[in-house]
Order: sequence, then C-alpha cells, then structure tokens
Amino acid sequence: MEKTLNWREFVITRLVRASGYSAIVFVALIFFFLLREGLPTLVEVPLSSLFSLRWYPIENYFGILPLITGSIIVTVGATLIAVPFGIGTAIYISEIAPRWMREILKPLVELLGGLPSVVLGFLGMLVLSPFLRVFLNLPTGLTALAGSILLGGIAVPTVVSIAEDALDTVPRAYREGAWALGATNWQTIWRVTLPAAKSGVLTAVMLGVGRAIGETMTVMMVTGNAPVMAITLGSFFSPVRTMTATIAAEMGEVANGSVYYHTLFFIGIVLFVISLAVNIAASSVVFRAKRRAERVLS
Amino acid sequence: MKSAFTLNRHLVQRFGFSLITLMAVVTVAPIVVVVIYILLQGGPAISWEFLLSIPRDGMRAGGILPAIVGTFYLTVGTAVFSVPLGIASAIYLSEYAADNALTRMIRIAIINLSGIPSVVYGLFGLGLFVLFLKFGTSILSASLTLSIMTLPVIISTAEEALRAVPQSFRTVSVSLGGTRWQTIQRIVLPQALPGILTGVILGLERAAGETAPILFTGAAFFLPRLPNSPLDATMALPYHLFVISTQVPDMPVKIQYGTALVLLAFVLTMNLIATVIRSRARARRQW
Repeated sequence: MEKTLNWREFVITRLVRASGYSAIVFVALIFFFLLREGLPTLVEVPLSSLFSLRWYPIENYFGILPLITGSIIVTVGATLIAVPFGIGTAIYISEIAPRWMREILKPLVELLGGLPSVVLGFLGMLVLSPFLRVFLNLPTGLTALAGSILLGGIAVPTVVSIAEDALDTVPRAYREGAWALGATNWQTIWRVTLPAAKSGVLTAVMLGVGRAIGETMTVMMVTGNAPVMAITLGSFFSPVRTMTATIAAEMGEVANGSVYYHTLFFIGIVLFVISLAVNIAASSVVFRAKRRAERVLS
Repeated sequence: MKSAFTLNRHLVQRFGFSLITLMAVVTVAPIVVVVIYILLQGGPAISWEFLLSIPRDGMRAGGILPAIVGTFYLTVGTAVFSVPLGIASAIYLSEYAADNALTRMIRIAIINLSGIPSVVYGLFGLGLFVLFLKFGTSILSASLTLSIMTLPVIISTAEEALRAVPQSFRTVSVSLGGTRWQTIQRIVLPQALPGILTGVILGLERAAGETAPILFTGAAFFLPRLPNSPLDATMALPYHLFVISTQVPDMPVKIQYGTALVLLAFVLTMNLIATVIRSRARARRQW
C-alpha cells in the first residue's frame, strides 16, 4: 500500500512538473520552426530587396516595408481608439458605476473579447466600410481607417480588463486620504487613483497594442489589402495591407520551400519578435512596479 | 472666490463623469448592437435544412452542416490536448513551483504564448504538424495548433482558481496524513473546479471562433461530406464565413448572416455557460 502510493505520487509529480515546463518548450518550438522555415529568406533575397518598397512576389519583389507600415498605421489608429475608450470604460466600471451596472458591463466587455474576429470583419465589409465610403466620400470604404476602428474594438477588452484590475488593486486608503483632504471623486480618480495604477494601465495599453498588431482576419477583410507604403495621414483613407493579412491571404497559394514561402515565414518571425518584445516589456513593467511596492513596504 | 472654486470643481466632476460614462456607453453599445443586428439579419436564414444539410450550388444554397460539425470536432480536439496539459501546468505553478528563475521563465513563456499572433500559430502548425510530423492538413494538426494557442488562457485562469483555495485547506489535509497529490486531488482541485471550468470554456470559446490558426493546418474550402477521421481536413464555421463573404461571388447575404449567427450562437452559448458557472460558484462559495 505504502509502496504503490509512493510510486503513484512519484509518477504524477513528474508528469505535473513536465507539464509545467511545457510553455517554455512550446515557445522554443515555435521560434525554432519559424527560424527554420523563415531564415533561408536572408540567403535567397538580398537585404536591400527585402527592405525595399515593393511587395509583388510573383515578379520576385519581396519588399516587406509596405506591409510593416501597413501594420503600423492600422495599429496606431486602433491604439488611438482603444486606449482612451478602454481606460475610460475601466475607470467607469471600477470607480463610477453602481454595483448592478458593473455586473452588466463586465460580462459585456468580456463578450466583445470573445466575438470571433471573422464576424467583426464580416460586419466591417457589409456595414462599416460602405458607411465610411458614403460618409467620407471615398472611392472605397475598405481602408486603414475601417481596420483601425474594428481593431480598436478588438483591443478594447484587453485594455479594459487589465486597466480595471490595476485600478482595483489601488488600496482604498489612498482614496479615503484624498477624500479626507476634501478632494472630489473626480480629483481623486484623476490625481490619486489613476497615478497609483499607472504601471498597470501602461501594461494594459501595451498588451492592447500587442493584440492589435497580431489581429489577422478582421484586417484582412476590411483594409483592402493593397501593399503600398502607408506613411502619410492620408493613408488612413486608402487601402493598406498588414503583415498578418499578407501571411493569411498568400500562404495558401505558395509552393512549400519556395522563396515566397520562406519570405512569408520571415514575416512571421518579424511578428513573433514584435509580440515577444511587447509582451516582455509589458510584463517587466508589472514586475518593476511590484518590486517598487515591496521596497516601499519593507 | 472660494465658492466659485468649489462650484468650479464640482462642475468639472460632473463634466468628467458624464464624459467617462459616455465613453463606457460608446464602448459597450456596439457589442449589443452587433449581437442584435446579426440576430435580426441571420434569424430568417435559420431552418432545420440550413443547420442539417450539406452546402449546394457552390455553397450558395443548402446548409452548413459540415462547418458546424467541423467546428465541434475542432473544439473537442482542442479540449483533448489543451485541458489536461493546461490544468497540470497550472497545478505545477500553483502547488509545486518554487519562486525561482525557472518559474519566472515559465511565466514569461506563458505571457508570450498568449501574445503570439494567431496567424503565427498557423505558420507554426504548418511547419511542425502539417509538414514536419506529416499529419497533413487535418483536424489533428488544426486541433494541436489551436491547443497550444489556448494553453496560456487555461493555465492562467486555472492557476488563479487554484491559488484562490485557502492555504488552511491544504494544511488540514496534510496534517491528517494526506500526501501532496492526495491533497491536490481530493481537496484543492474540487474546490477550484468551477474556476478552472470557466477558464477552460473561455479558452475553448476563443479557439472555436479562430480562423487564422486553421487556415493552413486543417480548414477545407469546401467539403461535401462530413470528415470521418482525425486525419481529414474539415470545414469550420469561422473559415466558412470568411470564404462565403470574400471568395464566393454572388453569395446570398442571407446565408452569410445565417452562418455568422450560428457561429455567434456557438460562441455566445459557451460564454453564457462560463458566466453562469462562475456566478453560481461565487454565490455558493463558503470561504
């Protein structure tokens, strides 16, 4: 009895431990397979051509700059929408809304996070972009702006939930102190609670940005997919193409192992590195804040 | 002077609160509008024939049964791989892991997994499962790809649920002679179950609605029958919606909205179940 128990315990502990390490293994595997399929590009396509302004793979133009600028412009637009509305909603939910309102709003925001991006893209094509075309009098509604609006909506739940967590962890004593000094609720939120939650809110913004850069289906369906350099303000009102949409739209048509195939994986490496940087930066902000808090307490 | 100042800051507060409330409304209202709009537009398309028959006329008529069944298979397949692994990983982090560099690395890896773009998961699945392991474009490859994408959601929510179980429960079990695993299996896991379940369902909900990871790993453009082995490719609701709204000319709008509604219903049902489990567990919890 004692013996079998020990044996079971031993095996299970080993299994649980191995599962614990799995996340590291998967990140390593993902990176390895992206490198394996994507790095040959650096040999096959000269760097000057890879970072040129023309993406037209059928005629061997593999310039990924238009795709990078496309991703950037759509993400910037989405951030400009998601950050104010996300933080505003988080403040409303955590500081202003009555309890019953909070119970309704939180699941609704969570629901937005769960809406399949393809459904949003579908409505973007059928409802949003025709509206933008007529309203702004554009030749086509499938523009960076349409992508930004929908991506903003997709990034909002991330921003709301993390910013709200950050606001929630601000000790009540901070607020009470401000009230005792005669501050209004608004002054308390603006000058005490929000600054105290600063690092968490910053994390929320960064993860929202990360969410927007990586989104694929929605942008592919509504941005019009024209691989042109998007570097002026006017680019918001014309079609662009993002890195994610390029991979999704073109991977199905290329021959395995071709230059084209390797280049699409190379774009995957770029995306992977960006998301790695954003997420490590976001989590180190949290770690730093925690350490500072520990210093203050000790 | 003083009263003007007070009046002023109360006015500012009133203005500020109105602005914030307006922002919250603008953020939340579209969600309600989207759901109601799809319900109204897609409702008329729903019939037994639509739900239970195979697409005809280049998908412009008939039903979407293969896509519904495909999404069901993919969700189950994802659960088979990601649920045991995710929960075990959460148990490790909450019950076994020491606070050291390795554990911090695991946490950073989990954060990174959750941030990797879905289309990059698709590339990875293509590279590893479809080509290297030669599973082909199949339900198996797609499920494995979706599992790895779902893993961070399950791990973090399950870990949070496990950590919420009071330490005294563990102390009592160990003091009665329970081993570590017995304590986890009989005390901690049952207490954390509702929280874990909520996380699992929310993770699977995300997997069910994803398109990009299955594009090159298992999704079929059109399949006039149901898949009959895990090594078959399959139609899936999100990919089908993408196909009929961008790749098929002269597609009746009614079928598009109907497909969107079925996908939405699938996802919303899972969301609702998760919300109900969570609120019921919260109401019943005694600690």
